[in-house]
Amino acid sequence: MSLDLATTRRIAKLARIGLDDQEIETVRAQMGGILGWIEILNEVDVEGIPPMVGTSQTTALPQRQDAVTDGDRQSDVLANAPDREGPFFTVPKVVE
Amino acid sequence: MTYTLEGSTGTWEIVVGLEVHAQVISQSKLFSGASTLFGGEPNTQVSLIDAGFPGMLPVINHECVAQAIRTGLGLKAHINLESHFDRKNYFYADLPQGYQISQFTHPIVGSGVVEIELSDGSTRQIGVTRLHLEQDAGKLLHDQDPKRSFVDLNRAGVALMEIVSEPDIRSPEEAGAYLRKMRQILRYLGTCDGNMDEGSMRADVNVSVRKAGEPFRTRCEIKNVNSIRFVTQAIEIEAMRQIEVWESGGSVDQETRLFDPGRGETRSLRSKEDAHDYRYFPDPDLLPLVVEQSWVDELKACLPELPDEKRARFQTEYGITAYDSGVLVAEQSMADFYESVAKGRDGKMTAAWMTGDFFAALNRTGKAIEESPVGADKLGGMLDLITDGTINGKIAKEVLETMFETGEAPLEIVERKGLRQVTDTGAIEAAADEIIAANQDKVEQYLGGKDKLFGFFVGQVMKATQGKANPAIVNDILKKKIHG
Repeated sequence: MSLDLATTRRIAKLARIGLDDQEIETVRAQMGGILGWIEILNEVDVEGIPPMVGTSQTTALPQRQDAVTDGDRQSDVLANAPDREGPFFTVPKVVE
Repeated sequence: MTYTLEGSTGTWEIVVGLEVHAQVISQSKLFSGASTLFGGEPNTQVSLIDAGFPGMLPVINHECVAQAIRTGLGLKAHINLESHFDRKNYFYADLPQGYQISQFTHPIVGSGVVEIELSDGSTRQIGVTRLHLEQDAGKLLHDQDPKRSFVDLNRAGVALMEIVSEPDIRSPEEAGAYLRKMRQILRYLGTCDGNMDEGSMRADVNVSVRKAGEPFRTRCEIKNVNSIRFVTQAIEIEAMRQIEVWESGGSVDQETRLFDPGRGETRSLRSKEDAHDYRYFPDPDLLPLVVEQSWVDELKACLPELPDEKRARFQTEYGITAYDSGVLVAEQSMADFYESVAKGRDGKMTAAWMTGDFFAALNRTGKAIEESPVGADKLGGMLDLITDGTINGKIAKEVLETMFETGEAPLEIVERKGLRQVTDTGAIEAAADEIIAANQDKVEQYLGGKDKLFGFFVGQVMKATQGKANPAIVNDILKKKIHG
């Protein structure tokens, strides 16, 4: 299956990945290849089989009790912040 | 009565659906063990899961699941024993994961209903489409720096219930009534504190307009409106805007808008033009959530009495009006207060005093009922003094006021101020004789047909006894004396 250029651009924009015209063409061809490969799965007859929603059909979703067991680790949380200001992360202004 | 708006081409109806985001009451977050407390130091209630660090795995909070089920049961909704978590993908500075864990195709709660009451006394059923669990986002502060926004992730990952209504709402008033009722139910259930000021309950408002009998037209979504008053204003303003667009030959675009209460307008959020392309997919970190019917039944058996049922019971059990009953059940704490006073006393009299002088005094002192200086036992004690004839209703008002000021017991006040009702007929007769003698002209006028003057004599006798005379005895004595 081939992907058109407009769709490729849209996906790149939604993923916040900047690509020039040449790169877009490369990515378009590569993604088309991946999609084509995945399309092989369409040959499998899944009529009447419910969609698989997890890798285990026997294990239940683990649940935890409602207790505060984490937090109070501001320095860890902010350790990788590129432009930290006091106790905050900062980003370029995003006011509407 | 249908609510309509007049345009230049005729009459328009409005169609509204609401998405309520209600923060779940729990100690810790939906998928992490960080605290949910409001108002902590920035970024101290954050785990590495909430901050979107790579390789962290979410583990669901059992209590948040219970809270969602309780809410579903309170909305008389279907509980889905199996539900799924999906990733809703978008980039925004308050969302470090780059996706919100939400429930898209299989929510935990299916369709339910909320009954609202309107000011004309009529009721309407508003359908609830679904309720699902999802993560809240962090908070952005825009006013700290000219070029940057500051990010606090304390709220990121707190459990939210998104409760989606059917497009059943037809007026701003109905939207307000729906939100008030929703908040009341959530507060009774103890699943959300309903505090719109602190943002623990917010609403997205979907609005469209149409001519009578038409199918739905294109709707717009007004995001994150944070008070009931603003919701009603935003609906009216947005409906008028859409009417103008249609009537000038244009068409309404489906889009996300923002309500600006200062300017009294809604405006397009162009930055969100891709907002509906969320590329949902099942969260590979989370297996389906499966709950047992027996647990749902257990939760159901432990639900508190809800406002509609309590209101109906108050009417039958205490013989009070639908209106008074509605006022008293508005808050669970008020309803509890009423019941502890009314138990073993006259329900109607209790309701009259509570909704009258008692609430007025609370309002005047700016106190919530939980912090009332006059507790249920003292208010009840005062009502007993009226019932057993120790004081009359007029004096009781004075006693209540003093109770609010000093916190004394009612009988203490009566004794200290000497407010016991005068039932001594001798004293009342003496006062009556004096007043009749001093106002012979009025007696003649009264006997000549000016019935209203009787009130004057009663008033004078009450005045002469400093308001303490038993009004029934005063009436009797005056009638006997004047008519001879």
